[in-house]
Amino acid sequence: MTKTNENMVRVDRREALKVAGASVLAIGFASTAHATPEDAVKYIGEKTGGAAATEGSAKVTIKLPEIAENGATVPITVVVDSPMTDADHVKHIHLVADGNPSPQIVSFNLTPGCGKAEVSTRIRLGKTQNVIAAAVMSDGSVHTNKQEVKVTIGGCGG
Amino acid sequence: MSKKPRVKLPKSAQKGEIVEVKTLATHGMETGNRKGKDGNKIPRLILNKFTCSFGGKEIFSADMHPSVSANPYIAFNIRAESSGEYTFTWIDDNKEVTEVKETMTVS
Repeated sequence: MTKTNENMVRVDRREALKVAGASVLAIGFASTAHATPEDAVKYIGEKTGGAAATEGSAKVTIKLPEIAENGATVPITVVVDSPMTDADHVKHIHLVADGNPSPQIVSFNLTPGCGKAEVSTRIRLGKTQNVIAAAVMSDGSVHTNKQEVKVTIGGCGG
Repeated sequence: MSKKPRVKLPKSAQKGEIVEVKTLATHGMETGNRKGKDGNKIPRLILNKFTCSFGGKEIFSADMHPSVSANPYIAFNIRAESSGEYTFTWIDDNKEVTEVKETMTVS
């Protein structure tokens, strides 16, 4: 009888350790939490000085694959409809991801010398998420558009 | 950077023509989120700034974050105004500067 009791205690201790371990793991995951859509919106707000953005703007076109097999290199092209003259041009294009460890991807700074507001690059996407492009015009107006990308294998490591 | 970045700029262009410039740098773009074999995080080391300038004036630049892929590829456009040398600069987290110069003749 005493022996069984001892065993019981042992099992309990093991269970207790398991629970403790699980909670440590949970905390570990929480510390590497991903950005949320709210973080992305907040980041855009910081970058654009809080100007009201025209969401889903027809001026901003994002070319992205619908499904990215490899999240480590996802090709992206952003085109902003603008004459790119001294009086009317695109100043910045911010690319933002709402599901990566941090929302910012890259910010392009353009001048009228670019002639055309079209940029291409390759980005990392950790999971299926929205990519947002925010264009800041020379008159201070902000136009954003977003597109969802399904990511089969994430590309952020860790 | 151990290897020189590649820049594709047309050798010549018409005045006012808009030409596409493609750049490809060789860099691991370590995010700072990955863990090494010893379980410790590998420190972040990325190219954080790219600049294209002409005659000392910045035409295009990019502020890069860890979400840019390894070996960053950036393609953009420039309006050909006059012949001359374009300077392309990459700066990494250790403030190491890599510079490439390309000449374009505008007629």
